[in-house]
Amino acid sequence: MAQDAIHYDSNARQLLCRGDWNLIHLTHLQSNLTAISLPTSGDITVNGEAIDKIDSAGAWLLIQLQDKLKQNGVRVKRIHFSEQADKLLSIINEKLADHTEPPVTKKPGFLAVLGCNTLVQLKGLQGYLAFIGQLTFELMRLIAHPSHWRWNSLASVLYRTGYQALPIIALLSFLIGVVLTYQMGLQLRNYGANIFIVDLLGLSVLREFGSLITAIMVSGRTGSAFTASIGMMKLNQEIDALNTLGVTPAELLLIPRIIGLFIALPLLTMWADIFGVVGGMIASDAMLGISWHDFLHRFSQAIPMRALLIGIGKAPVFALIIASVGCYQGMQVKNSAESVGQNTTRSVVLAIFFIIVADAIFSVIFSKMKL
Amino acid sequence: MMQNDNIIDIKNLTTQLGDTIILQDLNLSIKRGEVLGIVGGSGSGKTTLMRAILSLTKATSGSIRVFGHEITTATPETLLKIQKRWGVLFQSNALFSSLTLLENVIFPLKEHTQLGLTDLQDLALLKILMAGLPADAASKFPAELSGGMQKRGGLARAIVLDPELIFLDEPTAGLDPETAAGFDDLILNLQSTMGLTIVMVTHDLDSLWKVTNRVAFLGNKKVISVDSMPALVKNSDPLIQAFFGGSRGRAAEQGYHHGY
Repeated sequence: MAQDAIHYDSNARQLLCRGDWNLIHLTHLQSNLTAISLPTSGDITVNGEAIDKIDSAGAWLLIQLQDKLKQNGVRVKRIHFSEQADKLLSIINEKLADHTEPPVTKKPGFLAVLGCNTLVQLKGLQGYLAFIGQLTFELMRLIAHPSHWRWNSLASVLYRTGYQALPIIALLSFLIGVVLTYQMGLQLRNYGANIFIVDLLGLSVLREFGSLITAIMVSGRTGSAFTASIGMMKLNQEIDALNTLGVTPAELLLIPRIIGLFIALPLLTMWADIFGVVGGMIASDAMLGISWHDFLHRFSQAIPMRALLIGIGKAPVFALIIASVGCYQGMQVKNSAESVGQNTTRSVVLAIFFIIVADAIFSVIFSKMKL
Repeated sequence: MMQNDNIIDIKNLTTQLGDTIILQDLNLSIKRGEVLGIVGGSGSGKTTLMRAILSLTKATSGSIRVFGHEITTATPETLLKIQKRWGVLFQSNALFSSLTLLENVIFPLKEHTQLGLTDLQDLALLKILMAGLPADAASKFPAELSGGMQKRGGLARAIVLDPELIFLDEPTAGLDPETAAGFDDLILNLQSTMGLTIVMVTHDLDSLWKVTNRVAFLGNKKVISVDSMPALVKNSDPLIQAFFGGSRGRAAEQGYHHGY
């Protein structure tokens, strides 16, 4: 259809445009145009009487051509264009005259990126510390004014982060108990030391796995929910609304979440300990032939109370890490739905990272203290 | 195919949301090249009507013909062909927040043409300029633009495929009067240069007077009247009188008679 949409008559020095000059045929027109050898001097007329349709893409192409000819010193005159086409052409000419190059964003070099990222991380750390400071300040204020405590928010946080997490935590820690027993039992059986599975399992579940697995599960389940819900409230200007209504978001949203998780996580850890040990007990019975009675008898002799307390004692620290990182990332959400997603991911990754770092620090401290 | 010069023909359209009937036996024709306003009280089904034409909500019964194709029973292929010929500016702009304005405007071009990257950029930038934005807005993210600039950005994306038909949902809502008037001018300007047909849902009485050729008034689940503004305000229907007869309606009318 656009077989020869452009025809150059070198005798009449006239460029004849025909047919549809629109977006659909743009690539065709472009290739047509490159095939034509245009003069490099003198005058030329562009005839538009045979154009059926012209849209802004076609007009843009024509203006580009005209500019290129002008640069080569050719004078261009347009004739027989429809009124609308003329209007379109002149508007596009005017717009392009102001600006021809699309704005380029410069790619920074490796060092600049490294420096920039370092600064961003440091700024993030500074922001986090300021956030913690502000929360502490708010908490002090709240302690002095018990009438401002939000019991309802606290109860709903406990319900959602604690009660509703019970089934999944139970299932997971049960499976961890089974898996640990199975792996360790294979080795112990070689030495006929079957009964020592109780020591190994009890210590590892109570001291490490119970609290660590629970904390990681909760940071995936609850930390992300904190970030996403607070982030959406931020986008929706609900946080701003609270501020203007004389209620700080910390009082209504952040502190109940942090205190709620502070209470719920140790309880969940205890729950996970129970199911981890039960899982191990059932697996020992099935695999190593240790009856439940023997298992529990040995358990009370071999496992000190200390092991349970150390495991549960770590949980409040993990809770503070998860809740504060989750809330902080939620409050950092800016402007777009994209940033809710980014911050939620970051919240979970950072929380798990810091939980493991904190756990390592605990291990070093406890071994120094010979606990 | 060109049996008439109507770009949209709606016959006996009924739409239901759950058990509630929103529109019942609605008839409306939109002529090629006109600017048609759709007005009506809150909840009168303006947005439902537009969503039905855009085939975002399914019609319960009736027929909607756009460019001569039946929308309600169209295959995905036919629908795609139609979608390339219209542009939509949503009320909340619906610019993709993870892309810069330039990338937003390039998006439809990239999907539906085989142009090279520099041509894509040049064409998209041209549309951004035609929408009345400065070139340096192109590299910004939607969140970094003001409300009025976001609207213009959304319009640039709506016109990038050089559509024959564009839908504007509350284009001037939430804009200050000066920006809103500027937007009205922009719409008129684009309409005359690009030969567009425009369907706009609006509450803005000033833009109804200034921009539209005809206005369809929705009420009682139907189109009560389709007429030019001066004729419509004289209509004796109580709903229409309640809508335009208030002090704000009269002020806009006076502004129209004295100002332009």
